[in-house]
Amino acid sequence: MAALKIKKGATSRSAYNLRPTFSDDIERHTLAVVVENEPGVLARVIGLFSGRGYNIESLTVAEVDHMGGLSRITIVTNGTPQVITQITAQLSRIVPVREVHDLTVEGATVERELAMFDVAGTGKKRLEALRLADIFRARVVDSTLKSFIFEITGTPEKIDAFAELMRPLGLRELVRTGVAALPRGE
Amino acid sequence: MTDDMTGARIVVHALREQGVDTVFGYPGGAVLPIYDEIFLQSDIRHVLVRHEQGAVHAAEGYARSTGKPGVVFVTSGPGATNSVTGLTDALMDSIPIVVITGQVPTFLIGSDAFQEADTVGITRPCTKHNWLVKDADRLAPTLHEAFHVAVAGRPGPVLVDIPKDVQFASGRYTKANPSNSQYQPSLTADEASIEALVDAIETAQKPLFYTGGGVINSGIKASKLLCQLVDATRFPITSTLMGLGAYPGSGRCWLGMLGMHGLYEANMAMHDCDLMINVGARFDDRITGRIDAFSPHSTKAHIDIDPSSINKIIHVDIPIIGDTAHVLKAVLAFWQSRGCKTNVEGVSDWWRQISEWQKVDCLAYESSCSTIKPQHALARLEALTQERKDRFICTEVGQHQMWAAQYLKFEEPNHWMTSGGLGTMGYGLPASIGVQLAHPDALVINVAGEASWLMNMQEMGTAVQYNLPVKQFILNNERLGMVRQWQELLHQERYSHSWSEALPDFVKLAEAFGAKGIVCKHPDQLDEVIMEMIEYDGPVLVDCLVEKHENCFPMIPSGKPHNEMLLATSASDDGVDEKGAVMV
Ligand SMILES: Cc1cc2nc3c(=O)[nH]c(=O)nc-3n(C[C@H](O)[C@H](O)[C@H](O)COP(=O)(O)OP(=O)(O)OC[C@H]3O[C@@H](n4cnc5c(N)ncnc54)[C@H](O)[C@@H]3O)c2cc1C
Ligand SMILES: Cc1ncc(C[n+]2csc(CCOP(=O)(O)OP(=O)(O)O)c2C)c(N)n1
Repeated sequence: MAALKIKKGATSRSAYNLRPTFSDDIERHTLAVVVENEPGVLARVIGLFSGRGYNIESLTVAEVDHMGGLSRITIVTNGTPQVITQITAQLSRIVPVREVHDLTVEGATVERELAMFDVAGTGKKRLEALRLADIFRARVVDSTLKSFIFEITGTPEKIDAFAELMRPLGLRELVRTGVAALPRGE
Repeated sequence: MTDDMTGARIVVHALREQGVDTVFGYPGGAVLPIYDEIFLQSDIRHVLVRHEQGAVHAAEGYARSTGKPGVVFVTSGPGATNSVTGLTDALMDSIPIVVITGQVPTFLIGSDAFQEADTVGITRPCTKHNWLVKDADRLAPTLHEAFHVAVAGRPGPVLVDIPKDVQFASGRYTKANPSNSQYQPSLTADEASIEALVDAIETAQKPLFYTGGGVINSGIKASKLLCQLVDATRFPITSTLMGLGAYPGSGRCWLGMLGMHGLYEANMAMHDCDLMINVGARFDDRITGRIDAFSPHSTKAHIDIDPSSINKIIHVDIPIIGDTAHVLKAVLAFWQSRGCKTNVEGVSDWWRQISEWQKVDCLAYESSCSTIKPQHALARLEALTQERKDRFICTEVGQHQMWAAQYLKFEEPNHWMTSGGLGTMGYGLPASIGVQLAHPDALVINVAGEASWLMNMQEMGTAVQYNLPVKQFILNNERLGMVRQWQELLHQERYSHSWSEALPDFVKLAEAFGAKGIVCKHPDQLDEVIMEMIEYDGPVLVDCLVEKHENCFPMIPSGKPHNEMLLATSASDDGVDEKGAVMV
């Protein structure tokens, strides 16, 4: 497969890419972490977050390069700029971590998440759910006379919004994959 | 031609190829095949310790005093869990260690088999990296990678867990090829950052070098370059506990150690400087005190190989990511190429200010002709051993450790072994054994507190078995002195469990191990006892009965800035407020 298309950035050894770390504002950042696919590597990443008291809003992981034995972990985290810089530096320190990219800093990104909604209802509520699903471009992937399962892909915000709408319409169960993100083309 | 051999033999071959001459270990069921291979050869010496924690500390002493990685063998389960404190200690102090653990056979992993423990799981947060090897063909490359990772970049402990069936299985031996490894921390810094530092060096009026363990980690060359730069600029230099010896204690720019128990002049200079050049130190909380009052007026440069050390605690203006020796070489060359400029007038004013602080004589203490003051004991030890170029000092943890750092002078790197980051009581005795094995003819002294020493005293058996002439110099105050001091200053003298009711007779204890024991009760006996200790050819213990309630000063109370330190003469009990008491 083609080499991963990620810009070099936070992993460059130049200290001049470090951002000023004065602000106390909490920011939300999306990190892309390319790791060697060895046993325990996910535990190392997660252990780093729990051991050092960092937050994980969402985490997704899957192999992206079978021949090269590489997986890509996308982590959405939050913290002050100082904490975010520490997180990327600490991640880079893990031996099987090949690259760390703070996508939020490196430029515009496309972020997507997939979710499935189990919504039960009859009559008006059922029709309304279907109508909203259409507006949100959600697909019906399963249906009975009393329920639907919708599949929706979008930004986390879009999925949040859809969940809010479905709640009064009979939302029974909801599952989300967490965010996958890529930098936009130059 | 194939190079197939058993996993156990691969282990020994790999160690030999890595230049290992000494292994510290303790056998058990899950490492028997490896011990069989050890039995069948004679290039690698195995040293039988008495507890696996001792093995790791001994390996740390070996590593710190030689610059080579220390190697440990332990068995599965309890052998592995006993090594955890040592691994954590080595991680905190950036000491390269390779621990090889036996594991239950692969087909029993996960079944709660006899002496099974999730060793890689347990040690994941306390190693730089670890591996479980399930295939004998992977064993040689993994072991070579382990040695590479332990020493490359910021050094640290690694662990390789080898199931017993893999030790018996046949696999291919491959040679080391570290340049093939994916793990290649970069050593050189970018030029812009070097230039920024040189700009600052040329103009600073109140510059200060603040150096640390990262100079020692970088090798003897780094210390040489540091001395060259310091002596050429005539900038004052202070160091952390971990960096002592990189610049000689007798050097003319030396201010002494800084930090919580550092010297007055060093801490005042940190507070007031206008250029701080941090070389391989990590802004530990023993150094910074109250963060918002830390060196408020300085431009800060920070040379460190680990990007995560930069801006972790203190924001710096000139971050320089690279290896100390490489960076210092570049800084020196660039500074020289621009004509070796400094602000001579400013710097000599600065020295005048510093000499005022030096007059405070912060290490002064009340002497006594009837009781042995611990400071006096160390001053005598220094006087009677300072000529010895081959003197290595280890310590345990507590007041005695701080006094050793204050009253002994270190002239060279790698001659000072102490547990700084984790502060592990019980470190010193096994560490001294590791040092002595690496330097058989050297004078190796462990400055100890009686409480710490008892924590790994079983290693006296190791010292006797291998006839290692380690000197155990115990400053016996019959107290957990450092804890007692904090209780006095922070908890209104409520001495909750900070003394031992039933101490052993240390002389008899030494004798029971087959070592020599000497007691020292009076200041008049000190010199004689110290000389007897030095001259005795074998493991020897001195039980030096010191003042029981001496406090260690200077001290920056937790949560206070550098310019509010307590001195022996001014100490009062209103030193620490509630906010400070929360800190450790
Ligand atoms: C009871 C007690 C009291 C203490 N009081 C004091 C005190 O008063 N003063 C004091 O100083 N300490 C004190 N300490 C020790 C303290 O806890 C820390 O261990 C110590 O200050 C850390 O030293 P360091 O900053 O040099 O860092 P180290 O732990 O030695 O870390 C080294 C740094 O250098 C970097 N590095 C490693 N290799 C390289 C390389 N090749 N090139 C460049 N950089 C590299 C690392 O990334 C790291 O950032 C005390 C400890 C105890 C137990
Ligand atoms: C394993 C461990 N347990 C507890 C502590 C906390 N502690 C720090 S210093 C100290 C007292 C050490 O007493 P001693 O070895 O006699 O030295 P002294 O301070 O009296 O010189 C204690 C209990 C520690 N550092 N390590």
